[in-house]
Amino acid sequence: MLRIEGLRAGYGAAEVLHGVSLTVAPGEILCLMGRNGAGKTTLLRAVMGLLRPMGGAVWLGEMRLDARPAHRVAGQGLGYVPQGRRLFAGLSVAENLQIGLMAGGGKARRDEVLDLFPRLRDRLGQRAETLSGGEQQMLALARALCLGPGALLLDEPTEGLQPSMITAIRQVVADQRARGVAVLLVEQRIDAVLPVADRVAFLENGHLAEVMSAGALRADRGRANRYLGV
Amino acid sequence: MEFGPHLMLATLEGAVTAAVLALTAAGLSLVFGVMRVVNIAHGEFFMLGAVLAWGVTQAVAGPWGYALALLVAPLLAGALAVAADVTILKRLSYDPERTIVATIGLLYILQQLTLMTYGPEARPVVAPFDARIALPWVEHGAEGWRLTWPWGLGTTVWKLTVIGAAVAVLAALWLFMARTRAGLVMRATQADREMATAFGVPVERVYALTFGLGAALAALAAVLIVPIQQAHYLMGADPLLLSFIVVIIGGLGSLPGTLVAAVLIGLSDGIISVFFSPTLAKILATLLVALVLVFRPQGLFGKRAA
Ligand SMILES: Nc1ncnc2c1ncn2[C@@H]1O[C@H](COP(=O)(O)OP(=O)(O)OP(=O)(O)O)[C@@H](O)[C@H]1O
Ligand SMILES: [Mg+2]
Repeated sequence: MLRIEGLRAGYGAAEVLHGVSLTVAPGEILCLMGRNGAGKTTLLRAVMGLLRPMGGAVWLGEMRLDARPAHRVAGQGLGYVPQGRRLFAGLSVAENLQIGLMAGGGKARRDEVLDLFPRLRDRLGQRAETLSGGEQQMLALARALCLGPGALLLDEPTEGLQPSMITAIRQVVADQRARGVAVLLVEQRIDAVLPVADRVAFLENGHLAEVMSAGALRADRGRANRYLGV
Repeated sequence: MEFGPHLMLATLEGAVTAAVLALTAAGLSLVFGVMRVVNIAHGEFFMLGAVLAWGVTQAVAGPWGYALALLVAPLLAGALAVAADVTILKRLSYDPERTIVATIGLLYILQQLTLMTYGPEARPVVAPFDARIALPWVEHGAEGWRLTWPWGLGTTVWKLTVIGAAVAVLAALWLFMARTRAGLVMRATQADREMATAFGVPVERVYALTFGLGAALAALAAVLIVPIQQAHYLMGADPLLLSFIVVIIGGLGSLPGTLVAAVLIGLSDGIISVFFSPTLAKILATLLVALVLVFRPQGLFGKRAA
């Protein structure tokens, strides 16, 4: 269970998140939506400890995360797939995975992950930046899975990908849910959210505006427009 | 001496310069690449290496003293750099501009402390062996190609050892970066500091290690060259300047580029110094930097900034 309580965070003196509370249960996909600049990425970075929270708390199970140094968060089982992939350029595919493994998994874990992404297995020696966009996103996801996360934070993982890639990524994420991982998924487009989400949360100017079940959203898609401004 | 053998001698001198320069510049390049810190005090760690080598060989005479210096000087210089990293650079959050000012301060502190304790004299360190060897030359005579031993064509075994040792250390550095876990972590930190943190890499410890390693490389280079050059508290300026030239030409943060540029600058420095003058060599190297900055600012091997 990933629990975010009254989280406040920002840059310098400017507060961007004004007390956001959310929980994601194991085996659940919670989609976080909101306009550009609503603070979605800021929320994920604050959960990862990359941004010192100005207040509030983050828990993964019984473990409090926000008080730890940033580099000791991942090891607690938090896998992060950042916006824009942010692979380690200059490092090979295998080395990118290796960094993920250092934070948690072992050799067996690596094989498990590569079974999910056969295309990566064929390209282990290739430098990350020479992969196609879709393969890069797969690698970003695979890198996070290498540490055997209990919770997975994904920031717009399907941005700019072709449909077949989106399907492949979605399948892996759904499969992680089936294994009991708590998934916090940031997405911009409602049709990317509906096929996978269990619940949907809307962020508006750093406030959590509404949390609803995916079923309710499906029945009333117009509701989302209020927060997304489409 | 004829032109051929003369050129060979000049090339050898250049190769010694190149070897020492490659080690020193590799340290500067590593620190800049991984930490984005421009270490103006880099030459002072070189100077400390030489001064410490003098100290150790005074305490323990003979070849064993020198062997000990090879170990102790880089270790002490590295430890001092780690301390400077933790107490100064870390507190500045490794801000690229403020760390420049801080390392300028560090430069003067190290220099003045050395002046106060070691003094203003230049002192020699004796090489562990001082054998000379004659070098052969090939000549085309009446009976075809044959080896000759022109008078005056020779060098010290020590110079050859310096070249060999530098090559070995650089090969070890490459293996360390490419094949070890610590090297992998350093490269990941260089590529994306924040993502490295997000995957559990203790970036601050990596930085301390990198800064220490960079200083140790400079100190080691100085221990190798000090039997040829003498130890002096102001000797850090030249290697700093040349290292910057090499790192800019090679491409900031690119280790292979640094090595190629060190060989280029070292060899041409040696050859031009012998045939013309050391000043001309420096002028040409600086001119080359200017040209690189104008026409290829990312360096010969660097990647264009995104
Ligand atoms: N590094 C930063 N320094 C200062 N302000 C920032 C920084 N990053 C983001 N912000 C500001 O914080 C606010 C929230 O940004 P954030 O990136 O979290 O939005 P987002 O919801 O992820 O947007 P998008 O959908 O475009 O990815 C924005 O107003 C942005 O300008
Ligand atoms: Mg974002």
